[in-house]
Amino acid sequence: MTNDNIQINSAAEKRKRISYGIALLLVGFVIYLLFGLNTQAGSLTTFGLNLTSSQAIKVPDLIVPALPAIYMMAAISVFAGAYQLARGVRSTGWLISILAFTFVVAFLMWAAQDKSFNLTGMLSSSLVRATPIALAALCGVISERSAVINIGIEGIMLMSAQAAVISATLTHNLYVGLIVAIIVGGLVAAFHAYLVIRFKVDQIVSGVAINIVGTGTTSFISSRFMQSAGDTLNNSGTFPIISIPILSKIPVLGPVFFENNLIVYLTIILIVVVHILLFYTPWGLRTRAVGEHPKAADTLGVNVYFMRYVNVILGGMIAGVGGAYFTIGSVGRFDEIMTAGKGFIGLAAMIFGKWNPIGAYTSSLIFGFADSLQVKLQILRVPIPSEFLLMAPYIVTMIILTGVVGRAIPPAADGQPYEK
Amino acid sequence: MSNTTTPAPETGKKEKKSSSIWQELLVPVLAVVTGLILGAIVIVMSGENPFRAYGALFAGSFGSPVDFFEGIRIYFTTGETAALIKAIYPFTESLVTATPYIFAGLSVAIGFRCGLFNIGAEGQFFIGALSSAFVGYSIKGLPMIIHLPLAISAGILGGALWGMIPGYLKARFGAHEVVNTIMMNWIAFRLSDWLLNGPMKASGFRPVTPNVEASAELPRFFSDPLRFNLGFFLALLAAYLVYWFLFKTTLGFEIRSVGANPDAAKYAGMNIIRNFVLVMFISGGLAGMAGASQVLGVDHWVGQGFSAGYGFDAIALALLGKSHPAGVVLAALLFGFLRSGATDMQSMARIPVDIISIVQGMIIVFIAAPDIIRWFYRIRTAKKEETVLTRGWGS
Amino acid sequence: MTNVLELRGITKRFPGVLANDKIDITLREGKILALLGENGAGKSTLMNILYGLYKPDEGKIIVRGKEVEIQGPNDAIAQGIGMVHQHFMLVPVMTVTENVMLGIEPVKNGVILDKEKVAKRIREISDEYGLEVDPTAYIKDLPVGIQQRVEIIKVLYRQADILILDEPTAVLTPQEVEGLFKIIDTLIKAGKSIIFITHKLKEVLAVADDITVLRLGTVVGSIDPKEATSEILATMMVGRDVNLVVQKQPAKPGEPVLVVEDLFVRDERQHLTVQGVSFDVRKGEVLGVAGVQGNGQTELVYALTGLLPLEAGTIRLLGEPIHHTTPRNILERGVAHIPEDRQRHGLILSFPIHDNMMLCTYYKPPFARGISLQEKAIFSNAEALVKQYDVRTPSIYVNAGNLSGGNQQKVIVAREFSRPIELLIASQPTRGLDVGSIEYIHKQIIKKRDEGSGVLLVSSELDEILALSDRIAVMYKGQIMDIVDADKTSKEHLGLLMAGVHPSEASIKN
Repeated sequence: MTNDNIQINSAAEKRKRISYGIALLLVGFVIYLLFGLNTQAGSLTTFGLNLTSSQAIKVPDLIVPALPAIYMMAAISVFAGAYQLARGVRSTGWLISILAFTFVVAFLMWAAQDKSFNLTGMLSSSLVRATPIALAALCGVISERSAVINIGIEGIMLMSAQAAVISATLTHNLYVGLIVAIIVGGLVAAFHAYLVIRFKVDQIVSGVAINIVGTGTTSFISSRFMQSAGDTLNNSGTFPIISIPILSKIPVLGPVFFENNLIVYLTIILIVVVHILLFYTPWGLRTRAVGEHPKAADTLGVNVYFMRYVNVILGGMIAGVGGAYFTIGSVGRFDEIMTAGKGFIGLAAMIFGKWNPIGAYTSSLIFGFADSLQVKLQILRVPIPSEFLLMAPYIVTMIILTGVVGRAIPPAADGQPYEK
Repeated sequence: MSNTTTPAPETGKKEKKSSSIWQELLVPVLAVVTGLILGAIVIVMSGENPFRAYGALFAGSFGSPVDFFEGIRIYFTTGETAALIKAIYPFTESLVTATPYIFAGLSVAIGFRCGLFNIGAEGQFFIGALSSAFVGYSIKGLPMIIHLPLAISAGILGGALWGMIPGYLKARFGAHEVVNTIMMNWIAFRLSDWLLNGPMKASGFRPVTPNVEASAELPRFFSDPLRFNLGFFLALLAAYLVYWFLFKTTLGFEIRSVGANPDAAKYAGMNIIRNFVLVMFISGGLAGMAGASQVLGVDHWVGQGFSAGYGFDAIALALLGKSHPAGVVLAALLFGFLRSGATDMQSMARIPVDIISIVQGMIIVFIAAPDIIRWFYRIRTAKKEETVLTRGWGS
Repeated sequence: MTNVLELRGITKRFPGVLANDKIDITLREGKILALLGENGAGKSTLMNILYGLYKPDEGKIIVRGKEVEIQGPNDAIAQGIGMVHQHFMLVPVMTVTENVMLGIEPVKNGVILDKEKVAKRIREISDEYGLEVDPTAYIKDLPVGIQQRVEIIKVLYRQADILILDEPTAVLTPQEVEGLFKIIDTLIKAGKSIIFITHKLKEVLAVADDITVLRLGTVVGSIDPKEATSEILATMMVGRDVNLVVQKQPAKPGEPVLVVEDLFVRDERQHLTVQGVSFDVRKGEVLGVAGVQGNGQTELVYALTGLLPLEAGTIRLLGEPIHHTTPRNILERGVAHIPEDRQRHGLILSFPIHDNMMLCTYYKPPFARGISLQEKAIFSNAEALVKQYDVRTPSIYVNAGNLSGGNQQKVIVAREFSRPIELLIASQPTRGLDVGSIEYIHKQIIKKRDEGSGVLLVSSELDEILALSDRIAVMYKGQIMDIVDADKTSKEHLGLLMAGVHPSEASIKN
C-alpha cells in the first residue's frame, strides 16, 4: 500500500550501519588483544573429529596452528568491519554471523591451544542439549500461532519430567514413561487453556501460576516420596542410543545426527511435521488465521476457541516430551528444579526463530551450542570461572530478545483473549 | 483494552462505602480459603491428616494463647521471662517472616501498576542481600547510625540496578521483561555461586559470607531467640511511602497512567521509557530491600539459595493484594504466618513446606480468575473486573 | 415477487441497553434494501444477529418462506447469507486465496491445501462479476478498494445469494463508490439480493429499491426511494429536523501558526507513509485534510504532535521548530489534539473523569504542588468542565470507560480546550458519534477558529470537511495532491484528487 521507493537515507539506518561496522572492527581487535597476544607462537590446536563410542568411520584429527588461525579470524572481522563502514551491507544476519563465527573460532583456538578439543563431541552434545529447548520452543510456536502465550512451559516440563521417571521406574518401561509425560503435559496445558479461554485469565499470570504449582508439586512429591525411595520411584534408566544403519557411519555427521536416542530423533521429526502442518494444511491455515485475526476466522465459521484448545494442548504434549527428555531421556532420575530455565530459553528460541518451527530449531541449536561449549571449556580448564560460562545461555537469550539481531513480529492477536 | 491491574480505587475516594470494601475482600478471602482446602486435599492424598497438619501450621504461626497467658502470669509472679518469650516466639517469628514479603510484594505491585511484570524479584532480592552483606561485613568500625543506613542503601541500590537492566531493555528495545527478569534471576544465581565460593566466602568450609558487623544489624526488640526487629516497621513505612507515591504524587500518576494506557500516557506527554526504567529501578530497589532486611535483620549472613521462592511468592502477594500497598501488607502477613507455620508443619506432621507453593499457585489462579470463585461459591454480584496485565510480547 | 428474507420481532438486549427492539424488516428477491440509521441505531447488531454472531433474545428469521435458526456463521452461510463487514475480516499477512479458502479448505493428497483449485475458482468469480483481483497477492499489499472486492469474492465463493454490505462506502473514494455501485448492479442482475447498510443519505437514494430506517433500536418506518428526499430521511433517522449545514462566518485568517515543509514520516511498521508534505495553517482558519483513510493522515498528525519521529522535513509552530522536541513540549507550546482513536490515545478508560480532565496538565499548578497532587483543585476543575461542556455523567468519579462515545469525546474536548491553545489538531473528531454530539463538536471547533486559533481538521468524511474547512488539502499515498479553497471546489473535484488524479487533470475532467 505504501510506496517505499523514495530513498531517504535515514539517520537511523546510517547509525546502524556505522555501529555494526565498528562492532566488527572492535571484535577484530579484541580477538587480537585477548587471544592473539595470549597464544604461544607455534602452538597447535587439535580438533578431534572422532567419538570413541561411535560406529562412524574414523578420520584423522584436524590440527590447526593456533596463532595464524586467530590472526586470520581477526583479519576477517576487521576486513568485514571496514567493508561495512565503507559500503554497508543490508543483511544484519550475515554481519552477526561473521561476528559470532570469528569470535567463537578464535576463542576456541586460544582456549584449546596445545590441547585436544573434540569438535564432533561438542557438536553432538549441542544437538542433544538443544533438544529440550527446541521442544519448549515448538510448544510455544504451536500455541502462540493460535494466539495463546504459554509461559508455563517450565512448569509443564518439570511435572512431565517427574511423571515420566516415576511411571517408567514403576513399570520398568521407558515408553510408558514417555506416554505418561505426554499425557501430563497435555493435561496441564489443557488447564492453562481452560483458564485463559474460558475464564479469560491473563495468559502470563496463568503461566506463572503453572510454574509455581509445577515447582511446588514436583518439589513436594520429590521430598515427600522420592528421596526416601530413590530406587523404587526415581531410577528409570534412559532411552538407549539408536544408530541409524549406514548413515551413522559417516564421519562427523554420523555421530552428530545419526547416533542419538529416541527423544532427539522425535524432536527432529516433530519439528518437520509441525512445520508442514502449520503451513500446508487446513489445520495450519486455521491456526494462523486464529492467531492473526480471530474475528475473521470466526466469521467464516472457524471455531476460534476450539482451535486454541487444540493447539495449546498439542503444545503441552510436545512440552511433555521435552520434560521426559530431562529424566528418561538423559539422566534417568528426577532432581528438583532440574529444568533450570530451559522453558524460558525455549521461548527466546521461539522468538528468535520468528514463530516458525524450523527457525525455532535453528535458534535452539545456537543455545545448545552455547551450553555445550560451556561444558567443554570447563574440561579444558579455561581460566574463566565456570559460573560465568554457565551464564552464557541466559545472556545470549537477553541479547536475542533485544531484537538487535533481527526483530520478529509475533502473531497479531498473540496474548489477547477473544471476545465474540 | 485497558491495562489496569485491578479495579482498586484509583484515588482515596471519600464516599467509599464499607460494604464495597467487603466486596473487595470477598474474592481474595475465598481464594485463600479455597487454596487451603485444595492444599488439604493434597495432604490427604499424600497420606497425612490435614487437621493435624494445619493444626501444626496454626500453632507454628500464632503460638498457643494458653502458653501466652501462662507466660504473662509467670512473668508477673516471678519476673521470669523465658516462658513468655517462648510463648510469643511463633507470633513474632511470623512477623519476621512477613517482613521481606512486604517489601517483595510491594516490588511486584508497583511493577504491575506500570504494566510491568517483574518476575525477577528473586534475583534482585539475592543481589540486594549480597550487597548489604558486603557493606555489612567488609566495613568495620563505623557507628551504627552510619553503617546500618549504608548497608541498607547498598541492598536497595544493588536490587535497583539489577532490576533496572530489564527495565531499560524493555524501554529501549521492547524486550519482554518477563523473560528478561527470569534470565537475570539465573545470572544472579550463577553470580552468587561464584561470589560465595570466591571473593565473598567466609573462612571455613561452607560457601557463605562472613557475618555482618553488629553495627550493620537491624536492631532487635527482644533478646534471643526472638528475632523480631526494626525491619518490620521499615516495611510498614515502605508500604505507606509506596501508597503515597503511587496515589498522591505526579510521578505515581504517570506510572499508573503508563500502566493503564501507555498510548494515552504518551499522548499526554509522559515519557514512557523513563517510567519503565524508573519503575523497574524502584521495584528492584524494594526487592533488594527485602533481601537487605532478611540479611541485616534475621540471618546476618548470606548463603546459597538465600532468595529461594521469594520471587514467585512476591507475585502471589501482589496479585492477592490487588497491587495496593495495604492489600500487599495484609497478604504478606498471611503468607508470613503460612510460611512460618509450615516449617513447624514439616517437622511435626512431615508435610514438606512445598505444599505452601501449591496453595500459593492455586491462590494466584483464583485471584486472576475471580469467576472461578464466584462460580464455585455461587456469588451473584458479578462485578466487572479487569485483570489484563500484559499484551503479548510488547514488541 | 417473493421475499427471500424476513426478520420478525427481533429483540436484543445488552447489559443496560436495548440494542434491537422488535425489529421487522423484509428483503425482496433480487432487490436492494437500504438499512439507514445513525451510529448506535442498532443496524450492526441486527446484521450480526442475522449472520449468527449474536443470538437474538426474541424474534424469528425467515429465509425463503421457512423459519430458520441461525446459531453461527456456518448456519448463515448454509442459508446462502453472506456478509461484507464494515471492518474487513481479512488476515493481512495471508494471500487472497488463503483468505477466501479459510473455513472450507479443499485438500489434495488427503491433507495438503489445494490452493490452485481455489485460485482458479477466484479467477472465475472475478471474470463473472467484474471483480478483478490477483489471487496470489497478500492482503496487506492491496488497496482498500481491492480488499473490499476480496470480501465480496469470499461471500460469492460460498455461493451466497443474500449479501449484507455493512457500511461498504465508509472507506472508499467517491470514484471507488461508483465502482462499488456497478458491482452491486452486476450482482443484482445475477439474481442476488442485497441488504445495504449505511448512514449516508445520498447513497441510499442512489441505489436502494426499498428503504427501512432505524432509530435507537426500533424501526421508524419504511419508505419508497421515489418519494424520499435527503431531508425526509434525515428527519426520520434523527427524530427531529437536522441542520445539515454548520453556521459560520467567513474566516479572517491571520499569520501562519503552523508551517510544515517537506515532511517525511515512517509508520510503526517502518513504511514511509508521509512523503514530502508541505502546508501551513493560519490563525483563525480551518485547514481540512481530506483523503481516504490510510493515506498518511494518521501519521501526519502523529508527527505533528510528536507521537512519531520525523524521517525528514521541518515543522514550525509560530516560527519555532518543533520537530525534534517531545510531545510534552509540543503540548506546552499550545497545541491541542483531539486524537483519531479516542479510546487508545485520548482517554484512560479505567481512570475517573477527574483524572482524565487533567491528563495533560497534572504536573502543573494548580493540580500539583511540587510532586504532590492537589486533589481539591483536580476535583473542582473537573466539576467546572463537566458543567461547562455538558458532559452527561452521574459524577466526576465515574470511570471514563463508562461514558458513551459522545460524552467521552466531550471530556477530551473539554480537557484540550481548557488550556490556552494556538493550534487545534482535530483528527476524525466526530467518528462514531450521534448527530447531537456531532453538531456540538462542530460548533466548538468553529468557536475555537473564531477565537483566533489555527485549526487542522483531518477527516475522511468529505461532508464534514466541506462543512467546516476554509481551505482543503487532499492527501493521497502520503502526498498532498492539492490545496484548494473550500468555496471554490466541489465534492467531485475532491473525489478525483482523493483517487490520485493529478490536479490539472482533475480540473479538466470536472
